[in-house]
Amino acid sequence: MQKSIIDIEKEAFESIGQATDSDQLDQLSIKYLGRKGVLTKFLRNISSLPGDERPSAGKNANILKGKLEKEIKAAFFKLEGFDDKKFTGIDVTLPGRSILRGSLHPITQVAKEISDIFLRLGFDIAESPEVETDYYNFEALNIPKYHPARDMQDTFYVSENIVLRTHTSPSQPRVMEKTEPPVRIISPGKVFRCDSDITHTPMFYQIEGLMVDENISFGDLKGILTTFVHQFFDKDTSLRFRPSFFPFTEPSAEVDIRCVMCKGEGCRICSKTGWLEVLGSGMVHPAVFENVGYDTDKYTGFAFGIGIERMAMLKYGIDDIRKFYENDVRFLGQF
Amino acid sequence: MKVSLSWLKEYIRVDLEPSVMAKKLTMAGLEVDAVEERYDFFNNIVVAKVNEVKKHPNADKLSVCTVDAGGDEQIQIVCGAPNVRAGMYVPCALPGAVLPGELKIKKGKLRGEVSAGMLCSASELKLNTDAAGIMDLEGDFVAGTPLDEALKVSDTVFEIDLTPNRPDCLSIIGVAREAGAFMEPKAKVRFPDFMLPEDKIGCESIHDYAKVQIIDPDLCPRYSAGLLFDVKIEPSPFWLQERLESIGLTPINNVVDITNFVMMEMGQPLHAFDFDEVAKGKIIIRRAGSDTNFTTLDSKEHKLESDMLMICDGERPVALAGVMGGENSEISDSTTRVLVESAYFNPVSIRKTAKKTGIASDASHRFERGVDPDGTVRALNRAVSLMAQICDATIAKDIIDEHPNKPVPLEIDLNTNALNTRLGTNLSTDAIGEILTSVEFKVEKTDDARLKVGIPFFRVDVTRPEDLSEEVARLWGYNNIQTSYPLVPAKGRLLDKKIVLREKIRQIMTGFSFSEVINYNFINENSCDRLNLLDNDKRRHVETILNPISDQMSVLRSSLIPGLLETMKRNISQQADTLKLFEIGKIFFATQKGLLPEEKEMIAGLITGNRSDSSWYSKKSKVDFFDLKGGVEGFFEALMIENTVFEKIEDEFCPYYKDGYAAYVKSGDTLMGTLGKIDEKVLKNYGLKQDAFIFDFNFNAIQGLLPKVVTAEPLPKFPSISRDITIIVDKTVTVGAILKQIELISKKEPLIQKVFLFDVFEGQPLSEDKKSLSFRVVYRSASKTLKEKNIKKLHVNISKIILDKFNADLPE
Repeated sequence: MQKSIIDIEKEAFESIGQATDSDQLDQLSIKYLGRKGVLTKFLRNISSLPGDERPSAGKNANILKGKLEKEIKAAFFKLEGFDDKKFTGIDVTLPGRSILRGSLHPITQVAKEISDIFLRLGFDIAESPEVETDYYNFEALNIPKYHPARDMQDTFYVSENIVLRTHTSPSQPRVMEKTEPPVRIISPGKVFRCDSDITHTPMFYQIEGLMVDENISFGDLKGILTTFVHQFFDKDTSLRFRPSFFPFTEPSAEVDIRCVMCKGEGCRICSKTGWLEVLGSGMVHPAVFENVGYDTDKYTGFAFGIGIERMAMLKYGIDDIRKFYENDVRFLGQF
Repeated sequence: MKVSLSWLKEYIRVDLEPSVMAKKLTMAGLEVDAVEERYDFFNNIVVAKVNEVKKHPNADKLSVCTVDAGGDEQIQIVCGAPNVRAGMYVPCALPGAVLPGELKIKKGKLRGEVSAGMLCSASELKLNTDAAGIMDLEGDFVAGTPLDEALKVSDTVFEIDLTPNRPDCLSIIGVAREAGAFMEPKAKVRFPDFMLPEDKIGCESIHDYAKVQIIDPDLCPRYSAGLLFDVKIEPSPFWLQERLESIGLTPINNVVDITNFVMMEMGQPLHAFDFDEVAKGKIIIRRAGSDTNFTTLDSKEHKLESDMLMICDGERPVALAGVMGGENSEISDSTTRVLVESAYFNPVSIRKTAKKTGIASDASHRFERGVDPDGTVRALNRAVSLMAQICDATIAKDIIDEHPNKPVPLEIDLNTNALNTRLGTNLSTDAIGEILTSVEFKVEKTDDARLKVGIPFFRVDVTRPEDLSEEVARLWGYNNIQTSYPLVPAKGRLLDKKIVLREKIRQIMTGFSFSEVINYNFINENSCDRLNLLDNDKRRHVETILNPISDQMSVLRSSLIPGLLETMKRNISQQADTLKLFEIGKIFFATQKGLLPEEKEMIAGLITGNRSDSSWYSKKSKVDFFDLKGGVEGFFEALMIENTVFEKIEDEFCPYYKDGYAAYVKSGDTLMGTLGKIDEKVLKNYGLKQDAFIFDFNFNAIQGLLPKVVTAEPLPKFPSISRDITIIVDKTVTVGAILKQIELISKKEPLIQKVFLFDVFEGQPLSEDKKSLSFRVVYRSASKTLKEKNIKKLHVNISKIILDKFNADLPE
């Protein structure tokens, strides 16, 4: 047995009266007027009524439909305050006259954030050329010609002895040649390698770091880099130092942090290892000191290199390094 | 490099879980990239019992079997093996299994009969070479048991990403040595048997057949060779094939497989020659000299260079030494006499040859990193004895070992105090000695803080005390080294002014709603043409990259403009057509060949698209030159650079700007840069259809113009008064010229505080060639409130001078 139109009307008006926000009104509209709503159903079932009741039932239902539509709209106006005749002043919801916003490239922002951490630790900034001699890029850093370590960096050449620097490390010998210890510098900048895919762009940014003095130890390297990781990511980020090889440091260490995505559970980002490689470091190789005329018995030091894109990708959850250099304003505007 | 755990266990006790093992290797410096189950293709392969075998109705050689594979119902499988019979237990690959060779098992029909899996042979499962029929498991099993469980086969393969300093670990034994150092208690490597099988040693002397002559001992300090007779070339036995396949090598034949096996086991690359193809039994090791071409055993022909080291026989080259053997002397099915080479080659020479020929072989990979210079004979004996057994060969009773340049054993005097200082550790001399001994360094304590450390020949990476500090650090554990903080003098230098200025520029530009972009330093080699640069333009002196990624990135940029235009193009293709961009970066000019290019820092920007979009308060309008100019003026004002003037570009220095729509920007006599509207032709060259406006400034020039000090000026005490002048002049008269004139006057008249243009009018009722300009002059005195009478004469005078100087009229 169907509810009568009168019952439906009574119940609907009661519900509309009790609605406290426009969401509830929308729900009521669907309930009574929707495609599967009460009134639609009523009209569909009208054929089951005795023949003589059908015309009036149909008419009444349609009248009620009109009434409900009106009532719901009125309730909406009331809820939103549109029926308040005391409206004065302006419509403050009208959009303001827009002022365009400029944005700094995310690489610039992350480079600055990293630099600032080291500046607070007393490091100076020293820059060096983007196009380098083979000597500063390789030989001074204990990477002789035809050394397999050159395979670690696919090099762009502009002539036999001139390369696009493959790392920011040439700033190390360049600074040390001109400065006596103590040395405490970072050197941010562009570097270049012939490699191009989802994880490599032929140009990217690094920040080199170098600290040289008497009695600088591997423990000190750990201290400084732990401070850096804790300041850049989070003070609870766990990290590990893992043996590696760079021709210009001995011992050499990669620094891994607990994967920021999976917290060490193992995921796609960290290749299921739970760790993310974030930077390379090590104690400066004595051959590098010899090349710049430092006393290897007296001085020790450490150096490190941080990939800025890598840090930015982890910080902002960016999965394709090429995005940085497409300069799509929809991307740039997010930072 | 791949290392199979079961192979590794031949030489070292391993009592760690594979995952723990992987972690320990990684933390000792042998980074494990992946840990794989060798038999992971056993997924979905189970033991099944064959319950019924019927002939296939449509195929003579096939049977239709009903098997119990452990499921609720029996399944039907079509099988082609002759040995299938009811009652046997067999391996059964169920749908979803993927067999070696990417063979995916699916439910399907074979000649009209349903087949819901595959009964497998042993060779299909890589368990042995038997491919004659399905594998009879011969025993009692529970149907449905996973096959790896039933057969108890398992092996773990570690993929190790070795750093180039550790060639000693490019072998299973090398990795075993490392593993032994972190086992508890430490384990020692069990070396394989190098003894020759006595019953296989013949009475012939190699010296009666072969002669080895090293002509270039600088490139080949040692060459050892062994000779075998009556060699039977066959496929290798299963165990040997299995070993090679477990680490990703493809078996070829028994002789070649043994050379590969020994290389992987011991790290010494070997080469086997068909001795019957070695002319006159002679092996001559010399530089290629005048030889020009050589075909390696992969049938590729290579151009030789005169200093490439070759192995030659009595007539011709037979191998690219240490890189790859020649086609002319490779082992074939009919080979019966084999000469095995085990040599030490100069790493740099091998690397050069490998690079130049583009061959990266397992052998060259090891030689160029440095193999054990003392290991040739051991590896030779190992290979020869395996060949005697496996290839049923007879061994010559002796070997050749030409050794003109003997390596000198290295001893390092290690100061353990210095080592502790370097690491920040406090390890006792004895503890350090113990750590070094665990990876086969020979250690002798000479006093409380000194060790004499004998370096084994295979550790080519260890040449000085600092190298030993790394050994101690990695084996002690980097993460066991106490974290500390350096004590350094609190002495700082000033931040480089460049860095300060760059940061300031970024602040100003973003404040003016420009967004920063970073473009590649490389641009298309045709960029200069696209910019319409003159032939003698300095910017055509680009530095060319010898090995570019592509033509689009083949020269170093000599201007930031191409990058900006390309970025504009990319954004417009993404429907972002209103842009305000800037970039700070270097441009490069080639100097002399062999010298560094000139690097010049620039700041450039681009605007295009709409000044304002349609909105409730404004109509849509397009940006123009003066939007950019306003930004540029604001920029220099923010930098407090005074006397910025804009001079129309009349020469051909910037042909990428539209003629008449560009200006030089100067401060005094110093040129800071240019701005202008991009010429239509240039837009077209970049596939652009909408107007673009660009500025391009020299960073150093700007830096040189920054005020050294900024002094605050007192604020005026008295009010100003303003008077306007409206004049009608020829259209050709520039506003700048008039303002300059008034400025000249103001130099003598301190009451003139400021003059600016506030209206320009062209059109009716003015004649075509005229325009009306309205200026406002602001007067102020530092000592009193000005009255009309104080300035009347001055104002009239200014008007007069201007009217006179510029042929101007007053409006009617």
